[in-house]
Amino acid sequence: MLPLIGILIVVAGFALRLNPLLVVAAAAVATGLATGHGLITVIAAFGKAFVDTRSVAVVWMALPVIGLLERAGLKERARTVVAGIKVATTGRLLIAYLALRQLTSALGLTSLGGHPQMVRPLIAPMAEAAAETRVGELSEDARNSIRAHAAAADNIGLFFGEDIFIAIGSILLIRGFLDQNGIHVEPSRLAFWAIPTAVAAFIVHGARLLLLDRSLQRSRAHPPVDDA
Amino acid sequence: MITLEFVYTLMGLMMVGIAIVNLRDRSSPKHYNNAAFWGMYGITFLAGSHLPNVVNGLLVIAMVLVMTVGKLGGAPAEQATRSDREASAARWGNRLFIPALTIPAVTLLGTFTFTHLSLRGAPLIDPKQVTLIALGFATMVALLVGMVMLRPPITAPIVEARRLMDAVSWAAVLPQMLAALGAMFALAGVGPIIASILQRWIPLDTPFIVVVTYAIGMALFTSIMGNAFAAFPVMTAAIGLPLIVHRFGGDVVVMASVGMLSGYCGTLVTPMAANFNIVPVALLELPDQNAVIKAQIPTAIILLLVNIIVMYVFVYR
Repeated sequence: MLPLIGILIVVAGFALRLNPLLVVAAAAVATGLATGHGLITVIAAFGKAFVDTRSVAVVWMALPVIGLLERAGLKERARTVVAGIKVATTGRLLIAYLALRQLTSALGLTSLGGHPQMVRPLIAPMAEAAAETRVGELSEDARNSIRAHAAAADNIGLFFGEDIFIAIGSILLIRGFLDQNGIHVEPSRLAFWAIPTAVAAFIVHGARLLLLDRSLQRSRAHPPVDDA
Repeated sequence: MITLEFVYTLMGLMMVGIAIVNLRDRSSPKHYNNAAFWGMYGITFLAGSHLPNVVNGLLVIAMVLVMTVGKLGGAPAEQATRSDREASAARWGNRLFIPALTIPAVTLLGTFTFTHLSLRGAPLIDPKQVTLIALGFATMVALLVGMVMLRPPITAPIVEARRLMDAVSWAAVLPQMLAALGAMFALAGVGPIIASILQRWIPLDTPFIVVVTYAIGMALFTSIMGNAFAAFPVMTAAIGLPLIVHRFGGDVVVMASVGMLSGYCGTLVTPMAANFNIVPVALLELPDQNAVIKAQIPTAIILLLVNIIVMYVFVYR
């Protein structure tokens, strides 16, 4: 049971709202030590795993150009464009992005979306602008909720699109695991069985985005009472 | 051959640049801390493949100490005022989208063409890492397009990158830290322990209960590990293969495919999946750490139910 100490640290750390980076680093070292290896071995294994996964950080390379464009008014322009589209609502815009993200991921093009390069500079400002055009000045809560939904649409579109592509990491992992167990399966059959959930994801999350539109409309129907 | 190492060198140079901008910013009271944090992170990119693993591990621990003991400073204010940006937006109009859309366009192009490039018979670009190299390459092309078009001061990209990186702060490193935790869990055999607990405490004697346990177990274990890839081998070896497939004669393809998607429902609700759920909170400057997770929870629960139904209906056919 001792190796489970890492899980305990993570759960307690998140519950106490300690800094996640500190919590995770402590859990990693504690788990390593619980296996009975020496401190040096544990730190080395920890360093190796950190360096081996540097590829997840490649998206940050988009920051210089995104920052440059923000300085030149990219977000402001994204808002203006959406404000000019009469039928645009926050929900409809995010549904369109969800569909695009699912379809491109299903073709294996998972790097086309993402939070640094698409959501922050384009999708979130557009979703906010669509609401502002319809509802007027947004409350801080409404603005934050729209931003969170922009990030969520990117995640859900990615997760429930990528498994339809036969050469994506998860399909290869499933195949590799089953091969080791002496079972050989066609990747295309694995990808096929990702389709029902992908369709359900679009319907369920799309419906929720339409509900988001309605709740934004309601916030206009009941404007906050002004103190003045 | 161009490998990911080339992209890591660029990343490392960017991080060192961000550290230098921080170091020179005397208006920030924490500028030494931020410079040390990004500087050490930069070293893991520039030299990580050549340093001994224990040195890399110590660098990471030093980063955590700088953040915990010294604390990091927040993002500086934007240098361009709102009216500057609005004037610039009006001036450039839709041309501003060109560099931004260059990133996906060149990534796409690179993904399809890089595999065909070769130099004296050997592939020019590492065929295993084409997409990531294409993405790194695309950001460079986009930056070049942006610089030529907008003609900002030469330091503008790194100053702006520093503003965004300091807004994201420690959350930028969290995905890698979680991967390191996953490696430790694997070393300690956490997966098999969890699986044996499940087998001992849940009466796995009907086809339906087994499917429900497997799907919910995938989601739960994924939310602990932060990654469905870590949960899949464990849950499938413990419940999927022995019970659903071998004992009750279920179809292995439906079980595996829908099982993985059940894991993704767990990814949507856990702070452990930092690059999906915590990094955007920092990037979008949201006050609530769990804002993105809260937006995803209802969808995740409904889709887990859908997965259970799809698996139960089709796996035993």
